[in-house]
Amino acid sequence: MSAAGIGVDAGSTTCKAVAVDRRGEVLARRLEPASPRIDEQAARLVASLRDEAGEAPVAATGYGRKRVRADRTLTEITCHSRGAYHLRPRPGVLLDVGGQDTKVIRLGPAGEVLDFSMNDKCAAGTGRFLEVILGRLHVGFEDVRELAARADRPVAVSSTCTVFAESEVISLVAQGAPLEGIVRGLHAAFASRVAALAGALPEGAPVAMSGGVALNEAMVAALSAALGRPIEVLPDPQLVGALGAALAAAGAVI
Amino acid sequence: MRLLRRFQYEAAGRLVGPGLVAWQRLAGTRRGRGPHGRGGPFGPRLESTRRLKELMSLHYLQGRYADGAVPVAWVTSGFPVELLRAMGFFCVYPENHAALCSVLRLVPRLSDAAEREGFSRDLCSYARTDIGSVLTSDSPVGRLPRPDLLACCTNICQTVLLWYRALAWYFRVPLVLLDTPFVYGRAGAHSLAYVRDQLAELTEAAGRLTGRPADPERLVQMVRRAREGTALWAECLAAGKARPSPWTAVDGFFHMAPIVTLRGSEECNAYYRSLRDELHDRVSRGVGGIRDERRRLMWDNLPIWFHVRALTTALAERGFTFVCASYTNAWAEAGSRIDPMDPLGSIADAYTHVILNQDLASRGRVLARLATEYQVDGAVLHSDRSCKPYSLGQVDLRERLARELGIKVLLLEADHGDPRQFSAEQADVRLSAFMESFG
Repeated sequence: MSAAGIGVDAGSTTCKAVAVDRRGEVLARRLEPASPRIDEQAARLVASLRDEAGEAPVAATGYGRKRVRADRTLTEITCHSRGAYHLRPRPGVLLDVGGQDTKVIRLGPAGEVLDFSMNDKCAAGTGRFLEVILGRLHVGFEDVRELAARADRPVAVSSTCTVFAESEVISLVAQGAPLEGIVRGLHAAFASRVAALAGALPEGAPVAMSGGVALNEAMVAALSAALGRPIEVLPDPQLVGALGAALAAAGAVI
Repeated sequence: MRLLRRFQYEAAGRLVGPGLVAWQRLAGTRRGRGPHGRGGPFGPRLESTRRLKELMSLHYLQGRYADGAVPVAWVTSGFPVELLRAMGFFCVYPENHAALCSVLRLVPRLSDAAEREGFSRDLCSYARTDIGSVLTSDSPVGRLPRPDLLACCTNICQTVLLWYRALAWYFRVPLVLLDTPFVYGRAGAHSLAYVRDQLAELTEAAGRLTGRPADPERLVQMVRRAREGTALWAECLAAGKARPSPWTAVDGFFHMAPIVTLRGSEECNAYYRSLRDELHDRVSRGVGGIRDERRRLMWDNLPIWFHVRALTTALAERGFTFVCASYTNAWAEAGSRIDPMDPLGSIADAYTHVILNQDLASRGRVLARLATEYQVDGAVLHSDRSCKPYSLGQVDLRERLARELGIKVLLLEADHGDPRQFSAEQADVRLSAFMESFG
């Protein structure tokens, strides 16, 4: 094995690490729930990747990037874009919906970042929104898709603010609204927030999605409906940022 | 009593203040603090910075003794202060004072006092800071003189009217309002006549307060000096067109204090003559505001006063620098319209056409012109939680700049005064990603 670069994405919910070879092929990967001791966790993941794939320079991204011992640090915007363009080399729009941030990034023909928008100091439209409210409903992520699919129709959840939506959902439960409908309503509220962030998408631009929330098919469907166009979920969506960091570490030209 | 106050006021301005300044200068030299103390990714410190501090310290020191000695007015930043200065008023700018409080990170404490009185945290942080300072008599400059008159012009926002009404209630002093109709393209003759009539009316009201009618000759002289000061400030800003820019637009945020607060005075003009000469000298020697200028940026909206240093350092370390700003430019534009041949008419014209009183298309034209003249590679539009009139429409402005000029534009959410309305980590991610996107 001969790794050319290792990327670490220290996110708010999970910590990811990927090793790539000179052609950008993934040699090894790691994914764990995020530990508050970011430096130790990242060092352990990097050591284990080096054992498996060999020595290579390290690049770090994610909100914990400054705590990681790395040769360089880059923002998630740059890394998700690099990872996405490596997987799908074309211009378009990338939605990255993670635990703490939601980003809408417009990529140019060479994979360059044309512009981006992110949620500001607000958890609306992020993984945390779902985590908080589904936790309140005692619904696990694995059951979400099936529950949402079973609903006859969504129960309207008007709040996109995480705190207000939580109290709204508590009242809906108290009024006897069906759980399935509430879950579907939450997806619609979430999707409308992300669509607002995305604004007017360029005509005909393909939309790809990365980040942990992309694993939730019901959410991808809701987002697709809100944006009015299909969304392609990138392979291993949670690892796209770490992949981009690994490519940057390897000095790959995008 | 009044005579004693007058003596203290004059002594503070002419003897004590300059004496303190000379002593501080001497003490500074003894401690070995030369003019080149800036270091890091920045170019050498501007010699004028010391003079700026002296000038502003003197202004605030004299202010401490102004009430009871001379008539005192508190004015909004967009008020035609030439009128009041010509009538002998000492003018205080609560906005400038609030900016100083923000740089010194006093806003949370002062705002808390205003919030306890029932003022919402959603109000402009300048207003909260000022009201908090009035309620607690807490100020980094010792004290602000009590106003005899409050003078408010709505050309920058409507909040100022409600803010100054609150001040009028606290101080029980008269409030004069200059209402400037919003401009789409160019103000109509009826709008300008309406503003001009108000100017005549408020001059009379101020004259009744001081007991002395306005002196037309002093007004002409004041207008002439304000016009000259504005032209000098414009020359200072234009020095930033050079490569490398001899200073940064952020330096400009601090060096604009005299054109805002001392406009129309000879000290103000003398200051800008020397600043201009220093900048021109730096241009001729190729000295830059930052050591290694690689990318030139434009700034829109007020500065993030409490974070300005950290922000510019992060940029400068990677060779990015702000070379122009719509905010500093505003004081180079409005004053160019005032004319000693027609003081009231030209003041009405100038103060009605300030950038914040104009429609989005006009604002877009100003930004596009600055971006072209200063040859910027990108722009940061500060979406200011505390200044909605300035922030409204920035999404459209971003698209316009990106489309028409092909430059990269970042929308950065923050606040001009209150660090509690700002998330440093999130701003850092956006700014870093913005810089990375230049490749």
